[in-house]
Amino acid sequence: MNTETVKKEKINTSKSIRISGAEAIIHCLLAEGVDLIYGYPGGAIMPVYDELYKFQDKLTHILTRHEQGATHAAQGYARVSGRVGVAMATSGPGATNLVTGLADAQIDSTPIVCITGQVPRHLLGSDAFQETDIVGISTPVTKWNYQITKASEIPEIFAKAFYIAKSGRPGPVLVDITKNAQFDKLDFTYEKCTGVRSYKPVPQPNAEAISKAADVINSAKKPYIVWGQGVILGKAEEELKSFIEKTGIPAAWTIMGESALPTDHPLNVGMVGMHGNYGPNVLTNECDVLLAIGMRFDDRVTGKLDTYAKQAKVIHFEIDPAEVGKNVKPDIALLGDCRETLSSLLPLVNENSHHTWKSEFDKKYEEEYAAVIKNDLHPTKEGLTMGEVVEQINKASGNDAVVVTDVGQHQMIACRYAKFKNSKSNITSGGLGTMGFALPAAIGAKQGAPHRQVVSIIGDGGYQMTIQELGVIFQHQIAVKIVVLNNDFLGMVRQWQQLFFDKRYASTVMVNPDFVKIAEGYHLKANRVTERKDLASAVQEMMEFAGPYFLEVKVEKEDNVFPMIPSGASVSDIRLK
Amino acid sequence: MENTRYTISAYSENSIGLLHRISGIFVKRHINIESLNVSKSEIEHVSKFTIVVYTTEDWVRKIVQQIEKQIEVIKAYYHTDEETIFQETALFKIKSGLLFDEPQIQNAIKKSNSKIVTVNREFFVLAKTAKRSEIDAMHDLLEPFGIMQFVRSGRIAVTKESMPISELLEEFHLATN
Repeated sequence: MNTETVKKEKINTSKSIRISGAEAIIHCLLAEGVDLIYGYPGGAIMPVYDELYKFQDKLTHILTRHEQGATHAAQGYARVSGRVGVAMATSGPGATNLVTGLADAQIDSTPIVCITGQVPRHLLGSDAFQETDIVGISTPVTKWNYQITKASEIPEIFAKAFYIAKSGRPGPVLVDITKNAQFDKLDFTYEKCTGVRSYKPVPQPNAEAISKAADVINSAKKPYIVWGQGVILGKAEEELKSFIEKTGIPAAWTIMGESALPTDHPLNVGMVGMHGNYGPNVLTNECDVLLAIGMRFDDRVTGKLDTYAKQAKVIHFEIDPAEVGKNVKPDIALLGDCRETLSSLLPLVNENSHHTWKSEFDKKYEEEYAAVIKNDLHPTKEGLTMGEVVEQINKASGNDAVVVTDVGQHQMIACRYAKFKNSKSNITSGGLGTMGFALPAAIGAKQGAPHRQVVSIIGDGGYQMTIQELGVIFQHQIAVKIVVLNNDFLGMVRQWQQLFFDKRYASTVMVNPDFVKIAEGYHLKANRVTERKDLASAVQEMMEFAGPYFLEVKVEKEDNVFPMIPSGASVSDIRLK
Repeated sequence: MENTRYTISAYSENSIGLLHRISGIFVKRHINIESLNVSKSEIEHVSKFTIVVYTTEDWVRKIVQQIEKQIEVIKAYYHTDEETIFQETALFKIKSGLLFDEPQIQNAIKKSNSKIVTVNREFFVLAKTAKRSEIDAMHDLLEPFGIMQFVRSGRIAVTKESMPISELLEEFHLATN
């Protein structure tokens, strides 16, 4: 039997060249179309940095100020561009600092390749200086990882790393390379990987299941779509739109799927989840067919599982077989790439409209508007709200900025109120909830989509977790707009303390520095808004400014984000106040 | 749902670190591995994990989905005891003197279908391959006389239904060419 375990495609027909492992790594990256990487040098990765110096006209390296920043920048880059982001670090602490970014990329299915240096082969296991078992440490938070100990392994492993990171359900891959493998010579040729025999990235769609799904959809009275990031990762935005428009089914999104369909699309009914819209949550428990497209029923989306959409037939469109029945048991599982599945389903579904059913979403929206949205966007009280800042950003960007958020109240407000025209525009840390994500991710987002306006909205807490990346923004004049919504609190935790811990504000009060001075210390244009009358013009000025810009907005200290599904409650029990 | 004993069979590439990846799936879910055996399989260069867990069908299904999701795993299955033929092997190290002084031990050896692997002046080693309950019974029988050392292997199992791995691998190679 054939025992080859990988399929290869030769891309360079010229005969092999004898080079060092370190140089081979650069050639691998170039062959994969990489022209930008984020990283931080150190002892065990120095041979590769030495080669980067020689190849700097072809491969730009951005020195982040912390390795975590390198991973989040690579994620931001990957999420806006659909390409693989690359981060590099040395062994030991350099490698362990990548772990948060790997975990974030794993849970949010972001294709990144992380390269780490390692002590030489003969020192492995000796507790050598800056030795750490990064392959062992990163195993639970990577789609795949591998330790290279021989230079000759480099081309095949890099080809496999890129293939695995971007194929099927994407995810992070870590390649650890001992220092001897960087120094040693190999005969280099590069062949792209096109298959791994033990790995099936995209399951075969099942025609029978598709036709069964069509029947269920065609006879549904109150069908409802919830889509997630799978639509964006599968490049199925157009297919989703055609499907929704033909069937007339109201559609809501998870925060990871936001922007796949324009905000103003008449059938886009809003956001599901803990701080999502009222109708999309409540009506989950009233629909008769629930089409879950490229989403994974996260607990922040479903609330209490025992009471989630129990009345509905569930059709789950899913590329990862391990997600089927993990949280919600579907009546029909449509395995495969959702772009393909939606295309096959489209001719089988009837043209329809569900006016009466859709109007229930509209009614719920009216209720939510009166109770929450009106006060968030058009407040009559003195203090500034986070919502009105987001609304000003919408206005100034023509609803077409890439919005990069961190984690907490500002994130929920931004996801609720930011408006989008184009896909891949809402970049946030969804599954892991990584504070400190936004600032470095915005750097990657701007470099991945240089012609788009990139606005990073961050809370005063998360901002200080990766604030050192202002150094990158200054050094490379990366034209991101940084908006810190400062309430001098770790606002989301404070909100929970208020609601569920009798206002015992344990360690959530922030004693903050002068953020404007810090930005100015990095020679960035900076401004602060404390009063409503200055907000519109300040946002306008920021958006019109050609380079990077920092804007601090002092918002109401103890505002809460509503609606809210209390932890462990049902989607039907969402609270408006 | 009730807890049951399941045997998981996973066919994989032979790669460093895969054991860590697979055991991590159990660790993450706070589920104990009852026994674990890794060996070659019927297919050249393909390894086989045999893992026994005591859990619900819902959990074992999710675990198998997660195992199969690992890049280097070709295919994973789970089966109940009724669907498999399984054995474990135990070794008992016992003082040689007892063989002559205790006629009951001689009887036990004869009846139990176990095998004397080695005998010397100090000790002899008894091997028994059987189901867990029979090994446990043997252990209980010998224990009062004094067991110098005892060890039992993980379960190894073959299934009554076929596990068509070669066909899967063939499919991959046909798609290549």
